[in-house]
Amino acid sequence: MLEIKNLHAGIGGKKILQGIDLKVNAGEVHAIMGPNGSGKSTLSQVLAGRETYVVTEGQVLYQGGDLLEMAPEERAREGIFMAFQYPVEIPGVNNTYFLKAALNAIRKHRGEPELDAMDFLKLVRSKVKLMEMDEGLINRSVNEGFSGGEKKRNEIFHMAVLDPRLAILDETDSGLDIDALKSVAKGVNALRSPQRAMIVITHYQRLLNYIVPDFVHVLSGGKIVKSGGKELALDLEAKGYGWLEEAV
Amino acid sequence: MIDTIQETENYAASYAALEGKRGSQDPAWLKQVRRSALDSFLRLGFPSTHDEEWRFTSVAPIARVPFQLAANAKAPDSATLAQWTFGSWPGIQLVFINGVFSRELSWNPAASTGLSAGSLAEAWATNPSSVQPHLARYARVSTEPFAALNTAFLSDGAFVRLPRGCVVDEPIHLIFLTSAEAARPQVCHPRVLVVAEANAQVRILESYASLGPGVCLTNAVTELVAEENAFVDHYKLQRESLEAFHVGTVQLHMGRSANVSTQTISLGGSLVRNHVNAVLDGEGGEATLNGFYLVNGRQHIDNHTCIDHAKPHCSSHELYKGILDGKAHGVFNGRIIVRPDAQKTDSKQTNKNLILSEEALVNTNPQLEIYADDVKCTHGATIGQLDADSIFYLRSRGIDLDSARHLLTYAFAGDFIHRLKIDPLRAALEASLFARLAEGREDV
Repeated sequence: MLEIKNLHAGIGGKKILQGIDLKVNAGEVHAIMGPNGSGKSTLSQVLAGRETYVVTEGQVLYQGGDLLEMAPEERAREGIFMAFQYPVEIPGVNNTYFLKAALNAIRKHRGEPELDAMDFLKLVRSKVKLMEMDEGLINRSVNEGFSGGEKKRNEIFHMAVLDPRLAILDETDSGLDIDALKSVAKGVNALRSPQRAMIVITHYQRLLNYIVPDFVHVLSGGKIVKSGGKELALDLEAKGYGWLEEAV
Repeated sequence: MIDTIQETENYAASYAALEGKRGSQDPAWLKQVRRSALDSFLRLGFPSTHDEEWRFTSVAPIARVPFQLAANAKAPDSATLAQWTFGSWPGIQLVFINGVFSRELSWNPAASTGLSAGSLAEAWATNPSSVQPHLARYARVSTEPFAALNTAFLSDGAFVRLPRGCVVDEPIHLIFLTSAEAARPQVCHPRVLVVAEANAQVRILESYASLGPGVCLTNAVTELVAEENAFVDHYKLQRESLEAFHVGTVQLHMGRSANVSTQTISLGGSLVRNHVNAVLDGEGGEATLNGFYLVNGRQHIDNHTCIDHAKPHCSSHELYKGILDGKAHGVFNGRIIVRPDAQKTDSKQTNKNLILSEEALVNTNPQLEIYADDVKCTHGATIGQLDADSIFYLRSRGIDLDSARHLLTYAFAGDFIHRLKIDPLRAALEASLFARLAEGREDV
């Protein structure tokens, strides 16, 4: 589904990613771990299409097409979803209204009929239940005045409604207490399917107790320095990142 | 100086002609009001940008045009009028052509509450005791050249009076249409006097529009008196042509525990200057001065507000929001005076500007003069573009760039628009905003 080849990218003249290679197939969950400044967020931003990041070398293929040529909204319509590390507060834009516009843009792109208000509400209700979200939040302005946990839950709620093919979770666990973490993980697990791939970016192994990955990759200095199965995460928990950085 | 004399001479001649025509029918006190206003105007002349109050707004484009006083124009046909009447309006609608009341075009269902709403000239002729104590007593005729000019040409206008305890449920709409002719620049001086006596309550919309293209000047003055415990919700919607000049004053005079809000909405005009002045002259008054401007091209919009806290325990709230595109220029100056007597004043002022282009410009200036020590006054101003993080967030969920920009622009205006308590007005403003967004940006 996704193939990253020798990806180099940076921001403001600073080189951050220094040759990433990664292949993700449908149905797989990949965890990308790494210390601060290793390039985790740069990778997610580049995949989502943030224009402030500049790709200097390499290629990203998504379903066989050149991902880097696509505008952010085209990527979304082709099934890519990124849950933001810092979801943006947008005063005055209603959460539900926005989500309906987004979903219908995606459905239109897929050649599916747009949902009317009634069908959309039905869909939203079922996903709110799945996410164990406070129903009041869906009628507020996007993320405005939400707590940290509510923002992250709202991201996964958006993901549930938009039904992506490839989901990128950028440090969705950061700043969450254990209860919020469990309920976010529960929402994510409910969305795992053989058709959907996920890239879970995290700083902490803790999340991977609840979202068990198929593969774990360690990012350091802008490169993947080690890849393995879910047990790699446990090694990291025990030994820290130091031994890998030394090995490079 | 020579220029100034030439610029004002034209108005002195128009004044003489008007006085010759109306002199016999108007009461002596009114003629005196006009005469002294003309003297003020001739003494003051048009302001220049050396004048601190007019630093960012040059009225030279107005001063150099030899405007002719707009004569009684042909009444617009019903289709033209329908553009400005919101389809269905639940209450009284009074129409004024070049500031003169048109009985034929107005709709005034028999009022049973004691409300008077109609022609100002008729009111001073038939009931001078309700007009004379108020007319030209509040507007700053001796210091403001445009208010003086309007007053020198006082010949009709709108008069709304609510006797003690009178509550009007449906909003009153005053429609001011200024005729324009391409070959002959015209000026008119619309005038409004609203007197809400104790415990009265009313909602009033003034709207201004142009009849046809061509350069014209609308120089409007509204005096609004809210006596003890009166409640007045006032709106001024300016949607004149892009060739029009508009200079307007809304002067609020508030008694004890009076509650007045005024919303100034500017969509049209090439050069627009709004003065909104409130005097809180009784304890416990509450004034709300809100404004919204949506400008593009080379439009120039200047909002000057002044809130004078003269008595203790009053509060004032001010929120002005503007969206500027193209090469538009916005000016906001918010003056707040807290007199030595006005302890426990609570005042908040906010001006927020959204700039959609590289070349639009805003000058914003809070001006606080506080002479009391136990008061709360806050002010804040922002000038910014659409937030790049928000745009990316929306796009990353599938919303295209244009829609994301529109959504965020609408959201910016939302907290002003949602406060409007007249449904047809709110709908019309939303429609204007959507239409403007759909036009796209000039500079792309």
